[in-house]
Amino acid sequence: MKLTLWTYEGPPHVGAMRVATGMKDVHYVLHAPQGDTYADLLFTMIERRNHRPPVTFTTFQASDLGGDTANLFKRAAQGAYDRFKPQAMIVGASCTAELIQDDPGGLASTLGLPCPVVPLDLPSYSRKENFGADETFHALVRALAQPCERTAEVSCNILGATALGFRHRDDVTEIATLLRSMGIAVNVAAPLDASPDDLKRLPAAHFNVLLYPETGEGAARWLEKHHAQAWTKTIPIGAQATREFIAEVAALAGVSAHVDEKNLRQPWWSASVDSTYLTNKRVFIFGDATHAMAAARVARDEIGFEVVGLGCYNREFARPMRACAKDYGLEALISDDYLDVEAAIIAAAPELILGTQMERHIAKRLGIACAVISAPVHVQDFPARYSPQMGFEGANVLFDTWIHPLVMGLEEHLLTMFREDFEFHDAAGPSHHGGKATPAPAPILEPTANAATQMIEAAQALAHALHWLPEAEQELKKIPFFVRTKARRNTEKYATEKGVTQISIETLYEAKAHYAR
Amino acid sequence: MSLDTPMNGCLHTPVLRERGQREVFCGLTGIIWLHRKMQDAFFLVVGSRTCAHLLQSAAGVMIFAEPRFGTAILEEKDLAGLADAHTELEREVERLLSRRPDIRQLFLVGSCPSEVIKLDLSRTAERLNARHGGAVRVYNYSGSGIETTFTQGEDACLAAMVPSLEDTAEESLLVVGALPDVVEDQCLSLLTQMGIKNVSFLPSRRASGAPKVGPNTRFILTQPFLADTAHALERRGADRIAAPFPFGEEGTTDWLRAVAKTCGVTLETFEAVTAAPRARARKAVAAHAETLRDKTLFMFPDSQLEIPLARFLARECGMLPVEVGTPYLHRGLMEPELALLPQTVLSEGQDVDLQLDRHAALKPDLTVCGLGLANPLEAAGYATKWAIELVFTPVHFYEQAGDLAGLFSRPLRRRALLEGAQA
Repeated sequence: MKLTLWTYEGPPHVGAMRVATGMKDVHYVLHAPQGDTYADLLFTMIERRNHRPPVTFTTFQASDLGGDTANLFKRAAQGAYDRFKPQAMIVGASCTAELIQDDPGGLASTLGLPCPVVPLDLPSYSRKENFGADETFHALVRALAQPCERTAEVSCNILGATALGFRHRDDVTEIATLLRSMGIAVNVAAPLDASPDDLKRLPAAHFNVLLYPETGEGAARWLEKHHAQAWTKTIPIGAQATREFIAEVAALAGVSAHVDEKNLRQPWWSASVDSTYLTNKRVFIFGDATHAMAAARVARDEIGFEVVGLGCYNREFARPMRACAKDYGLEALISDDYLDVEAAIIAAAPELILGTQMERHIAKRLGIACAVISAPVHVQDFPARYSPQMGFEGANVLFDTWIHPLVMGLEEHLLTMFREDFEFHDAAGPSHHGGKATPAPAPILEPTANAATQMIEAAQALAHALHWLPEAEQELKKIPFFVRTKARRNTEKYATEKGVTQISIETLYEAKAHYAR
Repeated sequence: MSLDTPMNGCLHTPVLRERGQREVFCGLTGIIWLHRKMQDAFFLVVGSRTCAHLLQSAAGVMIFAEPRFGTAILEEKDLAGLADAHTELEREVERLLSRRPDIRQLFLVGSCPSEVIKLDLSRTAERLNARHGGAVRVYNYSGSGIETTFTQGEDACLAAMVPSLEDTAEESLLVVGALPDVVEDQCLSLLTQMGIKNVSFLPSRRASGAPKVGPNTRFILTQPFLADTAHALERRGADRIAAPFPFGEEGTTDWLRAVAKTCGVTLETFEAVTAAPRARARKAVAAHAETLRDKTLFMFPDSQLEIPLARFLARECGMLPVEVGTPYLHRGLMEPELALLPQTVLSEGQDVDLQLDRHAALKPDLTVCGLGLANPLEAAGYATKWAIELVFTPVHFYEQAGDLAGLFSRPLRRRALLEGAQA
């Protein structure tokens, strides 16, 4: 048993719903009690879908238990087929139905429905949403894909996009456009917007482009094994990764890797002098592994930030994430407990957080700038405008959305020059943002036994041993708030190294000189 | 219907009972407002990842100071042996209480999986109560979807609190149902002005203010979904005051009048206290009634507030209900409401696909439904009001009557605005 306050991922059947809802002409019959229909609103409200998800919930009640829940399932499945006439059905159990062991797959097969019925076996008590989506797509592909001739022209499938994915809709459009510009046809993009008939002809493509390993790798591996389709390993997030992706695809397709970059503005936006102030801004990155690892590379190598924290909530990707973090001189944070993440953020004292909706809340609480880079998503992560994360346009979007929350370069200088000016003061916040700025609340720490907390406690113990003279404390307040934490920490670190216990204005400026960059 | 049919509203209207897929929340959802109401309470759901995901999705916006609710997620190893799960739960509770010393009331909330594996939360609550003496009061109730629909979670929660309320022989009035603080204050002020003493509320804002109950307690419900709580109070000897529910000017007046009658308030006093707010409420409702008059209304089952709200919308706003669905129809509690509700189709329970068919055939001007259906119906051309706002918004008593009407008129006004702009 594990106490959870907020979760990064839903249960695995929600992952299955993401696949079913993303597709066309599929229906999912879910053996589940009343209340599990809450999941419909994820799609109709958060993603603003204009149709109900294609899911029938059997809605069993306490009085049905020990009675005939199996027949209830059969009636619901038959009724769903009769009403919706899907090309294929998937059947499965939610967490409660898993306990009553009715075997939806077996029951559905006795109905002899005139369409393929794909049973799902998603362990609700050990796995989560991404696993559910990956497994569902994998199961559908396994059941439906037919051996077929490769297309005459070179073509590929785009795999992994689902309903309720972070910018999946626009990423698929962007990458499909990129591939077509290289002379590569898109055979099928799936699961998002694909039908079961489309899945049948997946093997006609020459290779697969996998955009979201979290939800599509199972299918990509199966297609490689059974239909000899290679799949791409580069995730085209950022200018550099997009160029690598183009090279990888060009090699697989046997086409030229020359792609027009005239609409890629991000490198120049980053190189132009206004962006100088972005240099080494401290950024903390957390999300699903694929987005977080890609964001780290863009942050460091394309925008010139310093990555001070990196991690993911999906343990399935702990190994690549750990290896990636090492490259940044960091220990990866692998956790699905937001309190751990919050503690790590406090310890790292970043100026910007790139995270999920959970980190957005943490950032709000701590008064730190934040941009969302990964699921879990909320309604504002489905913008009306075209806003991909992938490809060259995606690189432009990343620059804009990550820079926007920060105080602008010249404004930062004004804050430093005028310090206690009535307009340019700490609590005023970035001037291009609406709303009244309020000072960051003092972080409240919960005593949890994790490494980050121990680090903070150690730092606090250290602070007690050091003594700030009142003038130094006063001087520290003149430093803009967004670098104050860092200045305090650097000064204390410097003082400790030098064996100084009383911190004066001198110490503060000596430390500043020492850490100057 | 013949002209000489007695005017008794829907008292004898046959009810269409349906059984199929239900597009409603389970009782766990009540935690979202109950934890805001009871400021020293923590709600610990014993359930699955689905329960945790439901709570954070239903909350819509996450209330992100560390929330006073959480889920102890059952894992594979808990399902293997039951003794193990009890120990694990106690361990999690101890850890929680040591981290949150501000907690005075802890609710262990059963879920579908915990009910199916027959995890005995009452035993755990008993042991924890024995261990923590008076410092923390531990309750248990079930908010599972196999037993409770949406607002029934509040009923189960309040009913669980009743047995441990202190005894009293004093004459007192108990107002039952979680109300926003501002509404509770207005209610208390009206009752005090009428000279009614010894008024208390269930639930109280803090454990220390818990009401007392006994044979001289009269109680009145502010919410129509509190049947089990009413029975539990009756078992403690308290008497229920029957009344329509305090929605709109008429509902509030009838509700207050029932209390006044029981407590011996003179007609003069009653009129003096209610005249001004009644006039204000009528005026506020009238502004919205212009938009709502003669519009047809279809209510999908959701919160059990449907019948009182349909009564308000029909009688005070001039709407024409064409179907009023409710998850459960408690005739005992609903009699005064049914007597007032104009003739319409009543349905209980749900088969959502069949109900959507009826809805499409009736093409109502305004549809009240859950969040799962709202956007699909809007996209199909219907104006909708999400039902969940009705339990998250202050809507009771005089000063909120206009706001309540406004919740229903806004979708229609918005539609008109957008259509006007397109024309």
